[in-house]
Amino acid sequence: MKLFFSFIFHMHRTSILFFLFAGFVHATSTADHGRFKELQVDFDSGPEVTKACIKCHTEAAKQIHKTKHWNWEFLNPDNKQRVGKRNILNNFCITPKSNFAYCSACHVGYGWKDESFDFTSEENVDCLVCHDTTGDYSKPPGNAGFPKNTVDLSYVAQNVGKTSRDTCGACHFYGGGGNGVKHGDLDDSLVVADRELDVHMDAVGADFTCSTCHKSVEHDVAGSRYVPQATDTEGRHIHKRDYNEENNAHCRACHDNEPHKKADASRLNQHVDKIACQTCHIPRIARGGVATRMTWDWSTAGKLNENGEPLQERVDGNLVYHGKRGSFTYAEDAHPEYIWFNGSVRFHLLDEKIVLNEEGYVPINDFEGSADDGKSRIWPVKVFRGVQPYDPEMGTLVVPHTTGLNEDAYWKTFDWKKAITAGMLSAGQPFSGKVDFIKTQMSWPITHMVAPAENAVGCNECHSKNGRLSTIDGIYIPGRDAVEWLDIAGWGIVLLTLIGVVLHGLGRIISFYWSKRSCPKE
Amino acid sequence: MSERVIIFKRFERFWHWAQAALIIVLLTSGFEVHGSYTLLGFERAVTVHTNAAWLLVILVAFTIFWHFTTGEWKQYIPTLKKVDAMIKYYLLGIFTNATHPFRTTVLKKHNPLQRLAYLFMWVMISPMIWLTGLLYLFYDYWQAWGLDQYLVLEELAFLHVVGAFMMLMFLIVHVYLITTGHTVFSHMKAMITGWGEVEQEVEEL
Repeated sequence: MKLFFSFIFHMHRTSILFFLFAGFVHATSTADHGRFKELQVDFDSGPEVTKACIKCHTEAAKQIHKTKHWNWEFLNPDNKQRVGKRNILNNFCITPKSNFAYCSACHVGYGWKDESFDFTSEENVDCLVCHDTTGDYSKPPGNAGFPKNTVDLSYVAQNVGKTSRDTCGACHFYGGGGNGVKHGDLDDSLVVADRELDVHMDAVGADFTCSTCHKSVEHDVAGSRYVPQATDTEGRHIHKRDYNEENNAHCRACHDNEPHKKADASRLNQHVDKIACQTCHIPRIARGGVATRMTWDWSTAGKLNENGEPLQERVDGNLVYHGKRGSFTYAEDAHPEYIWFNGSVRFHLLDEKIVLNEEGYVPINDFEGSADDGKSRIWPVKVFRGVQPYDPEMGTLVVPHTTGLNEDAYWKTFDWKKAITAGMLSAGQPFSGKVDFIKTQMSWPITHMVAPAENAVGCNECHSKNGRLSTIDGIYIPGRDAVEWLDIAGWGIVLLTLIGVVLHGLGRIISFYWSKRSCPKE
Repeated sequence: MSERVIIFKRFERFWHWAQAALIIVLLTSGFEVHGSYTLLGFERAVTVHTNAAWLLVILVAFTIFWHFTTGEWKQYIPTLKKVDAMIKYYLLGIFTNATHPFRTTVLKKHNPLQRLAYLFMWVMISPMIWLTGLLYLFYDYWQAWGLDQYLVLEELAFLHVVGAFMMLMFLIVHVYLITTGHTVFSHMKAMITGWGEVEQEVEEL
């Protein structure tokens, strides 16, 4: 049976997906939505569908209203920063501010095109974007979150089901504007993953979906990169009575505090108080055959071809230049960077003055941690470096109005000053009218694409000079660290000892022959 | 008068050679763990080093028992008598074909310099390596045992490496000095076969 599965799997990845869909999706539900009269109508719009959904699922929209997926806002309880997609900047597309009609293609709602969006509307909740099982449902950028008008909403509504890698991935695999661009550990290779790519999501193995770990409670999905759990000491807590109340989106929720079980595992288990599981078990980022973007230089944007269209250039299938966005570089199957991280993330917010870090970048987010705070682990991160517009007079980062068809939009007229004037006005922030570019960086935690144990990072990759952890400070790593003068003194004395015995030996040989010659009788 | 007798008993020879092999393995794997070179790979070097260390612990446990039950521990009682003569011999006499100032007997098989050197190894080098090594092995229990407030891994590793360098020097000098017997190979033969020439006990008594 297993052979049969893997045969199909290797023949064609999507065929197994089809097989799984046909076999299991409906079998797990007690309701066939296709038989509900309420859904056997021709829906005019997304909100019409939602009205039908919430007739039965009376609390669903109210639950969604409380989530980050709806509000794009999150109040960090630790540092009191008001973050979330609605508030923060990044160094990819920079910000949805003033671009909501475009960016809300990934909002779980309908109609968010500007500040007037009604966050209390239940019918504006988009149920289908997460619960579609047909693969037909899609929301194009620029449509304020409404689906394509070619989508057969009745068909999609009658075939709703659990969330899947496809539905979550529709947004989370394409963050930053393309497949695999943003995260480095999330791209569409995970839709039908093999064991080497992700040991848990192996489509013919454990076959986890996103929600197996990111379990939701009242539509609120566990796991957050605003307040990630960098250290977990509680140990295993699935199968506990209060299972549903716990955040299971981390390794030890299942694997417990001493995760290595083999006979010689104690030394590995000893590492867990310093090292995140991900550091060893995700050996490289972008392992699924999809490159992830590593740099984005907005300052080169604006080049047009002879027809007046934005210039585009591809290398190995990857977009390396686009007139609307600038220049990019990529990495595939590459080592992440490593940092001390205690779960505390500080964002550089729009109204803050920029401060360069030691490498000359504005850290748009700052992953805090150190060797001796007692809370940090060594984590793998993708560090994304960019060059983006800023206001040199005000000393702040800026909001460019990039999208849309109006004359202010950068992608229409390629005028930074106009675009930023409109963007900052929309964001309610002052703008001096001066535009320059500045280097920025962001860190992204690496936590997906978990390799099978046999492919984990080997000891010598960190326990060596110039190894993976060569930049990690505050800790003594055997094989990497040594007191230099001790080595010089030690080997020096060893060498002198060797020279000493060799000379002594030579002396004996010479004196032996010498005495033989001078006293031949002896 | 000298005669051929068994100087090194069977267990003693087994202990010596097993210990020699283990120390060479420990030095080789240890300096790899330290990062001096790559030979086995870090992971295997650690495994080899740890296993060899435990074997040495077992061996030495038997050896200590043997030393006390046979009274052989007395061989390491230090003496300064004739030490100056030994130093003078190694610096000068050995080149002028002078007679060795020490006569090996079954009760005194080590010359005064050897006694001092072996004693130094037993009371200084070995305890330093053993203590730091055992603490190193149990690094992850430091917190549970309350040791983390007294110990720093880096300093412990430093002392362990200091011990390792001393042991390496001991090894070099020791290997050289076995060629300084009655003939170049006589010491070596004695340690392999057990047989060696000694002065008659009567003279010493």
